[in-house]
Amino acid sequence: MSDTHSQTVAYVRDSMLPEKSPPSNQVGAIRWLRENLLSGPLNIILTILSILIVYVLVRAIGPWLLHSIWNAGSLSECREILNGESGACFGVIKDRWHQLIFGFYPPEIYWRPVLTFVLMLVAIAPILFAGVPRKMLWFSAIFPALAFWLIWGGTIWFTICVLLGFVVGYVAFVLLRRVSDLFAVIGAVVATVLWWVFLSGPLSSELAQILPLKIQHVKSHELGGFTVSIIIGVTGIVMSLPLGILLCLGRQSDMPLVKWISVGFIEFIRGVPLITLLFTASLLLNYFLPPGTNFDILLRVIIMVTLFSAAYIAEVVRGGFAALPRGQYEAADALGLDYWKAQRLILLPQALKISIPGIVNTFIGLFKDTTLVVFIGILDPIGLSSAIRADSNWNGIVWELYGFIALCFFIFCFSMSRYSQYLEGKLKTDHR
Amino acid sequence: MSEATTAAVTERKVNRDQMQVSEEVAIQISNMNKWYGTFHVLRDIDLTVNRGERIVIAGPSGSGKSTLIRCINRLEEHQAGQIIVDGTELTSDLKNIDKVRSEVGMVFQHFNLFPHLTILENLTLAPIWVRKTPKREAEEVAMHYLEKVKIPEQALKYPGQLSGGQQQRVAIARSLCMKPRIMLFDEPTSALDPEMIKEVLDTMIELAEEGMTMLCVTHEMGFAQAVANRVIFMDQGQIVEQNNPHDFFNNPQSERTKLFLSQILGH
Repeated sequence: MSDTHSQTVAYVRDSMLPEKSPPSNQVGAIRWLRENLLSGPLNIILTILSILIVYVLVRAIGPWLLHSIWNAGSLSECREILNGESGACFGVIKDRWHQLIFGFYPPEIYWRPVLTFVLMLVAIAPILFAGVPRKMLWFSAIFPALAFWLIWGGTIWFTICVLLGFVVGYVAFVLLRRVSDLFAVIGAVVATVLWWVFLSGPLSSELAQILPLKIQHVKSHELGGFTVSIIIGVTGIVMSLPLGILLCLGRQSDMPLVKWISVGFIEFIRGVPLITLLFTASLLLNYFLPPGTNFDILLRVIIMVTLFSAAYIAEVVRGGFAALPRGQYEAADALGLDYWKAQRLILLPQALKISIPGIVNTFIGLFKDTTLVVFIGILDPIGLSSAIRADSNWNGIVWELYGFIALCFFIFCFSMSRYSQYLEGKLKTDHR
Repeated sequence: MSEATTAAVTERKVNRDQMQVSEEVAIQISNMNKWYGTFHVLRDIDLTVNRGERIVIAGPSGSGKSTLIRCINRLEEHQAGQIIVDGTELTSDLKNIDKVRSEVGMVFQHFNLFPHLTILENLTLAPIWVRKTPKREAEEVAMHYLEKVKIPEQALKYPGQLSGGQQQRVAIARSLCMKPRIMLFDEPTSALDPEMIKEVLDTMIELAEEGMTMLCVTHEMGFAQAVANRVIFMDQGQIVEQNNPHDFFNNPQSERTKLFLSQILGH
């Protein structure tokens, strides 16, 4: 004990021991191997088994991927090149690339969906990341209208007239606000809907006659492939979150009518399979609507998908609210915040933060469920792959085509998942 | 009650210069009754609080003392009788409720700070959104009160990074930022370690010294002796006894009060 200077009776350390480096078997790769792979008999067996499984998989898939053929016009041509060896015929993806991405969109205007996609990334950037300048949110706000015009084309006056509906609603809100807030909200909604139903159509055709500003019109059934998946998925995601939050607040409301409408809606939508709703959208809705109304099929599908996932979001967010301590409501009340301010500033931010994993879960589910539209005749990637396989050139191809589609879906869903983890980390303020 | 805190409170010289009770009525509760379902929690409560009074409400748990002060800012609804706060009667009219709540500050047992906001944001939120104070001004006021409760250096941290005592002082500062005329304290020190109770009580004493009208549910009898001008004893939803602290502790009238005092002061 020469290090401790213990000459006196009381033990008081007056010099600190220097730090020593840990023993060599406690650092580096060897320690990692021991702790993680070889820490006991069972783990050793599992490690060996896992290595075997990886080996078998690589052995089976490796050559197939390595000998892949990218330049072939048909499955038989591909097989000729392979000459009996195992190999993937990715030629189908090269051959049908445009179809898988754009469906039957007119080839000379492929730039429009591509531009829309790029602008979409620009528009969601300020929503997803706090570092992007806040002013860009204005672009995000007008992007939906711009995207609609770029994808479907036609006269720009129609888009502008639809946007004017929001202005009309806002003006009605400001005017009626002097009477009462509730009255103003109802008035704004009614004014907007009336504008859209009765005035926006005639006005836009009038304006189009005076000054025809138009680009080539594309019909909904010409859309297909990943374009249609992204349109349905992204629109559904963007619209179902606010709708879901409103439904959730409605379900917790003290007003019986609002409460029972929300409960009824949520329970009905959750109790019905999505495919039923899609069939309703494609077939039944036409019977209920007045004859002659031409209600775009893609729009109907988007509405159904949105309603479907909104019901789930509502319940996920309700779980977030349930996890909030009672004291948060009381503190907000005690400070004199009214219902909407308390919700917006105190309760919703916390409830949403808690429900991020559930919300993203629902979004991922929604995005994958867009493939169900194949059953009502919309040619999303799955629908197109059936068409491609029906072609005599590519009859019999399975793994390459579906593998590619699966990979694309995986990239989208995995990025959503990673983003949600990033967001959870960023919003973590409890420091426990 | 812990001996350490009694000593701490009584050691401190309480400056009574500003502690004047005025004739003006701040809170008037008359014949107030409340039920939870069929359970009669508050029975025929009559209480008048004048401006500048510092009232400590004591009593066994379940006696309705928290419920009583929570009725004053309508966190709980009373079913019969009348509560008038600062001239505004509490009814189901939401405008009146919001008006009373913005004049009455409340401090809770579990602090109830907003964990997703920084300390500064916790303090400026209500002034900005309820009082419509400009942000810069609200921040100046917030920093002023943070200095008063002696933690200005924590302004940019989150509540989860602070100790319990610090959190409770932030909660007091948060209420003060609304410039309330009345402060309600609902067992503010019950969730704290003995060491932290002192810092919170010191803050409350300072507040009393400045002449704030205070209603305080607490078990800190040292605080009651040093600061209160009236102690109210409640049992089974009724006010059993009320008196000035000296007479209340030295010469309790009812048997129930004597029993309660012997139990909490006995050891």
